[in-house]
Amino acid sequence: MKGKRGDWVSNLGLVLGVLTGITLAVGLYLGLVYAPMDAIQGNAQRIFYIHVPMAWVAFLAFFVVFVAGVMYLWKRDLIWDQVARSSAEIGLVFTTLVLITGSFWGRPIWGTWWTWDARLTTTLLLWFIFLGYFMLRAYAGERSRAATFSAVIGIIGFFDVPIIYLSVDWWRTLHPQAVISVTGASMPGQMVVALMVCLLGFTLLYGYLMVQKLGIERAKDQLIDYQYALSEREAEGVIAV
Amino acid sequence: MRDGLGKVSILVWKDLLTEVRTKDLFGGMFIFAVLTIITFNFAFDLSGANRAASGAGAMWVAFNFAGFLGLGRSIALERDRGSLDGLLLCPVDRGTIFMGKFIGNLLFISLVEVISVPIFGALFNLNVFQPALFLVLLLGTVGFAAIGTLLAVMAASTRSREVMLPVLMFPILLPVVIASVRATTLILTDQTRDLAPWLNLLGAYDVLFLAISYLVFERVVEE
Repeated sequence: MKGKRGDWVSNLGLVLGVLTGITLAVGLYLGLVYAPMDAIQGNAQRIFYIHVPMAWVAFLAFFVVFVAGVMYLWKRDLIWDQVARSSAEIGLVFTTLVLITGSFWGRPIWGTWWTWDARLTTTLLLWFIFLGYFMLRAYAGERSRAATFSAVIGIIGFFDVPIIYLSVDWWRTLHPQAVISVTGASMPGQMVVALMVCLLGFTLLYGYLMVQKLGIERAKDQLIDYQYALSEREAEGVIAV
Repeated sequence: MRDGLGKVSILVWKDLLTEVRTKDLFGGMFIFAVLTIITFNFAFDLSGANRAASGAGAMWVAFNFAGFLGLGRSIALERDRGSLDGLLLCPVDRGTIFMGKFIGNLLFISLVEVISVPIFGALFNLNVFQPALFLVLLLGTVGFAAIGTLLAVMAASTRSREVMLPVLMFPILLPVVIASVRATTLILTDQTRDLAPWLNLLGAYDVLFLAISYLVFERVVEE
């Protein structure tokens, strides 16, 4: 029974992996070759085709962390913690990539690597919240404690991020929505197609990474269970002697 | 409901009584807050024309630092003496315990603020005796204490608890810091008509985070 389940999961992983590879390759071609060069921003604009999908994956990942956190606190089933921590790790990696690719774009276009705009500041703080999430896990000790505490941080983070955005936006409206409206309003059809394919590719990538990561996290928990059972056996053996 | 309030007030009374007898929290927090404000005087120019703007920031950073100190200490005291286990054995629900600890923390931090604000006003020659300022102090401190009480309990049961609390709390608390500093600056520069959005933001944050902390406290404190 177990073996069958394992086969099913690894098949899903394989299918997702192949689909991700194909879609991302097509997306890359569309973004780098097919889509026209931006009249104002030049080739720098092309980073948009990976930057935006990465941001989307990060937010999707943190939304999954939130839902899994609620489910864990409610049901107390370890599977929800495995989902949450797998998704949180993917989210943290993609948030890092979003910050880096954004900086690369900002340097030629804005003339600076960083600005304290609401979108940037919020992303940075989101990054710090989830850095704290993993620090907390590392220092929590017991498995169930780590799961509960990080579920709470995942939930708080989810509600906090819109408020952070709002407060930073009110605080300093230096770089308004120009970033989005420049590309959003007057975007040619080819650009939309390239973006959509890349979005699909990155979403598939998230699914693929989730399947892999979830497998690793389940194996880790199983290992802990085996080690615990083994040490109990040993303790019994000592008592018997 | 009356019964619940009675239980909460007994828990708060316990914290106050402990503080009166041990004087573990208040002195340290107060001196730390004032020293931070004084140190900021050397970091920024707090005597010039825009001292209201930088002063408001300095004041809130000082209160937040002192607050971290107080939150960490108050929960460490409970743990070290084993009184947290005692509290959990009490026939009251966890939400009541949360409210008790929350109000206790709120009182200590507010007391530190109420005494340091006049000193702050005197040192930097600002008119701090304005009702609106005390409203902002209250709203900002409620948000701080609400999320702080929850996170302090979590941080206390991890290794490196002193580091964990600020690392977790700073990014989550940012909206409160921004809104409080902005509102304080507006008050100190007599622009109170632009105050409403910031007060709303603080109020919304307070309500939301009090509710979340109240709901999840049970799960957290049992670990």
